[in-house]
Amino acid sequence: MENKDLVKGVVQLIKKAEIELPNDVVIALKNAYKIEKGIAKIQIENILKNIDIAKKTQRPLCQDTGLQTFFVKIGENSPYIGILKNLITEGVKSATKEIPLRPNTVDPFTQLKDTNNIGDFIPDISWDFVRGSKVEIIAIPKGAGSENMSKLKMLKPSDGILGVKKFVIEEIKKAGGNPCPPTVIGIGIGGGADLALYLGKKALIRPIGTRHKDKKIAAFELDLIKQLNKSGIGPMGLGGKTTVLDVHIEKAHRHPASLPVGLIVQCWANRRAQMVIHENGKWEVK
Amino acid sequence: MKMESGRLNNLEYHLKLPTSTKDIEKLHAGDIVYLTGKIFTARDETHQLMLKKNKKHIPFDPSEMACFYCGPLMKKENNKWIVLSAGPTTSSRMEVFENKFIEKFNVNIIIGKGHMGKKTENTLNKHKGVYAVFTGGAGALAADKVTEVLNVYWLKELGMTEAAWIFKVKEFGPLVVAIDSHRGSIFKEIKNLT
Repeated sequence: MENKDLVKGVVQLIKKAEIELPNDVVIALKNAYKIEKGIAKIQIENILKNIDIAKKTQRPLCQDTGLQTFFVKIGENSPYIGILKNLITEGVKSATKEIPLRPNTVDPFTQLKDTNNIGDFIPDISWDFVRGSKVEIIAIPKGAGSENMSKLKMLKPSDGILGVKKFVIEEIKKAGGNPCPPTVIGIGIGGGADLALYLGKKALIRPIGTRHKDKKIAAFELDLIKQLNKSGIGPMGLGGKTTVLDVHIEKAHRHPASLPVGLIVQCWANRRAQMVIHENGKWEVK
Repeated sequence: MKMESGRLNNLEYHLKLPTSTKDIEKLHAGDIVYLTGKIFTARDETHQLMLKKNKKHIPFDPSEMACFYCGPLMKKENNKWIVLSAGPTTSSRMEVFENKFIEKFNVNIIIGKGHMGKKTENTLNKHKGVYAVFTGGAGALAADKVTEVLNVYWLKELGMTEAAWIFKVKEFGPLVVAIDSHRGSIFKEIKNLT
């Protein structure tokens, strides 16, 4: 019984992510509306109208309901550690029918589509352990239009941070309107190839407008926002001032011989919702 | 924005489908268009399947409709399909075969998001067609312009996302003409700026 209730919570979490954008994203889009003109303004107007319609009619914002992706922080004393994976998977299955979600998982070899949005390694769940007894689950259903523009580059250490900047600007220019700008850019720097990409995706969780706690990295984020918005790509790649809503960077220490950069592109629909499960089984979604 | 055609003002058009060549030739990159009539959805797999099939065996007439790159989110209610969210998908995936598709099926309006390449631009010029874009991600807004789901083909074979859905739409837009039939392209203009 208790578990059924928690599955309901996961469905609620996915529903919230698919239908309602976080306030920080809506505010950033409203600010973009103020400064854009002409075709660019029409694009942002459509986006804001869409956000309203989705919320009022409780329908997913975008037909691409994404690959179901979760970041989980598990309190080491939570009694739910053993069942979390199952809970999330069952939640995805139920959400697919209830919300509903578009069947979005395909076997790359057989091309067979799963009707429940699950499959090998999907839902994509990243785990982290923290102190305490609470569990925090963040859902970021990830659409493919933006994900297809994501990139990994193994830079030479001598390329330095300037090399990172060059790579990011080049790739975002190449992507043009494909990832549904204004986008949110997650950049992971350091580690091995996989860690750089993981950090890039994790960086998307941070609310729009929040800066890295390291001042130098925060300044680099601001510089990239400025440079990318100067590109002229604009909303939907149709020209304008707002190409990105934000740039978030996370870093790891690197090997002396490598400087990996994981670039993750997220569309304006920076879908994100959070669920907390308390030790007593009570949960909330926000 | 100053466009390729040299015109400073973007015009707004409300067109009925199917559209005539005269209608198409009026359109220039940067114009705003609203469409009323029938559209069909087609993504990668639909394109491949339709290109493989004999034209005689296509159960609808694509030339009467606009082609919409979209994998909609659909729901069956009381035995009837309703569309919940139906924004465009990334058009550049269709660049590899869109020229052949336009030539085979005489489609003169294609709708998607993001840029398309030289091959499509040439074909649109040769066959008098336009590529228009709808705001990506605005799926709920797009779905509200669909007044009726008329039919669906290859649902069992291709699934909800890749099937060809036939929608009746009213004032579907605002669409932005991204590539016109005169080789005008909003993307060329932006590239020159960046």
